[in-house]
Amino acid sequence: MEKYYQREIECASREQIRAWQDERLVKQVRHVYEHVPYYRNLMKEKGVTPDDIRSVDDLHKLPFLTKADLRDAYPYGLLAVPLEDAVRIQSTSGTTGRRVVAFYTQHDLDLWEDCCARAIMAAGGDKGDVVHVSYGYGLFTGGAGLNGGSHKVGALTLPMSSGNTERQIQFMCDLNSTILCCTPSYAAYLAESIHERGLRDQIHLKAGIFGAEAWTQEMRRDIEEKLGIKAYDIYGLTEISGPGVAYECSAQTGMHINEDHFIAEIIDPKTGEVLPDGEKGELVFTCITKEAFPLLRYRTRDICVLTHEKCACGRTHVKMSKPMGRSDDMLIVKGVNVFPSQIETVLMNRGYAANYQIIVSRVNNSDKLEVQVEMTPEMFSDTVTAVSNREKELESDLKSMLGIYADVQLVAPKTIARSEGKAVRIIDKRNLY
Amino acid sequence: MTVKQISVFLENKAGCLAAFTKVLRENDIDMRAMSIAETPDFGILRIIVDDTYKTACVLKEAEYIFSITPVLAVEVTDEAGGLYQIVQLLGDNKINLEYTYAFITRKRGQAYMIFRVEDNEKAIDVLEKNGVHIVSQEELDEL
Ligand SMILES: [Zn+2]
Repeated sequence: MEKYYQREIECASREQIRAWQDERLVKQVRHVYEHVPYYRNLMKEKGVTPDDIRSVDDLHKLPFLTKADLRDAYPYGLLAVPLEDAVRIQSTSGTTGRRVVAFYTQHDLDLWEDCCARAIMAAGGDKGDVVHVSYGYGLFTGGAGLNGGSHKVGALTLPMSSGNTERQIQFMCDLNSTILCCTPSYAAYLAESIHERGLRDQIHLKAGIFGAEAWTQEMRRDIEEKLGIKAYDIYGLTEISGPGVAYECSAQTGMHINEDHFIAEIIDPKTGEVLPDGEKGELVFTCITKEAFPLLRYRTRDICVLTHEKCACGRTHVKMSKPMGRSDDMLIVKGVNVFPSQIETVLMNRGYAANYQIIVSRVNNSDKLEVQVEMTPEMFSDTVTAVSNREKELESDLKSMLGIYADVQLVAPKTIARSEGKAVRIIDKRNLY
Repeated sequence: MTVKQISVFLENKAGCLAAFTKVLRENDIDMRAMSIAETPDFGILRIIVDDTYKTACVLKEAEYIFSITPVLAVEVTDEAGGLYQIVQLLGDNKINLEYTYAFITRKRGQAYMIFRVEDNEKAIDVLEKNGVHIVSQEELDEL
């Protein structure tokens, strides 16, 4: 039985969703224009006024916001309410330059938690469940979002935060955790640790909600098998609210975007032109219900596809595919676009774990792509030829997947850093900027 | 009539071999024979030890990648042409030799070599028919 948190919204008719969006967008544009001078100036530069925005059809007239705008306007430049009305700050785990800070009113937090509650129930969660939240707490949105969502569902919430694997596993066994929420790389790490300790029989997990970083279908199957659960994807970003912007249902064929709060568009990342349903492009969000930090047409840099096809779960909200790469994580090597997910697919198909590192360097003015992969007992043999052949077979698979040569190196196990938060997979040694 | 060889995956980096031998020393494991095959990326260390089972446990604990392969320990007469004769016999019988290395013993007057061939059964048959002595695991433990 499919479970819903707000059935009347999640399964509303398309006409109803469109009516909510039209009304909320018009109101939101006026709110932002009046309270955010930074965005008002962008609108003026484009010659657009709030009067020009009468429905979702006019959305394309609005200017885009990018991460660069967030840095320029740091910290208060995009705040749309008096600071005293804001009750919370969350921040991104950005590794370059200034971090992004986002503000929330109590109402904003409430709606964000509703979104997370929808995700938990779509994964089969209910008030009888024990939700084990191993996302980081603190500035990172993962812990706070799922924690709040779990409370809304009425589930028993375990605010584990990330790290301390021993304690995670012990609580999981002792307190009968049924739903695990964390990053997919940490889920894989936990699964491996549970497997190694032979504790599979002592855990009671039935589902996992994993997001905040890229993961493949192969990784999903691996985690599902090792933990004996169904693994659900969840999508979100701090700039827009946090996890729960979109979430997977039992059909597991994409993530439903909470369209009563966010309008999604797919654009051509080069021209900014809006693309039709089913075309691959950059995902753009407009927040239509947020008060404190309501970004309009924010470019996520995530490359994906939208579909309005009817979903078996009964929900009517548009579905987004798993991001196929990030336009800023994407590597351009020898002029070819390389996504880490492609490399991961090759490794998983050959039976390797997803423990790899991509190193790009420039030798004699030419790009060099190296992939380090952790050796496994199954791949090892006592002859040099056999082990070298393992490397060659990966090199050949990568060549057909990427179109360029990658030098594969098998390395000793556990030598590639496995962080308990986001995995570091790319080392770009070229000084291109 | 084969003996057990442990092959270990090592990265071709400074300190890897030292770290490995330290693990053996700390666990009082005695290496009887050793060879290393290297490529620019990695190395494969092959060893014959006094206690294979214990060594396997120690290596697993230390998270090394390794495998156990049955190989031939062959007595080679300590005179010119001794090794040549064996290699010749294998070649004549189309037995593919992957690699070979020397075995250390405290006994004087005799030399032993480790042979890794594709087909152990066939090699044993050919060598024994030609009067070459192949050392069993028990004999080896006493050397
Ligand atoms: Zn669905």
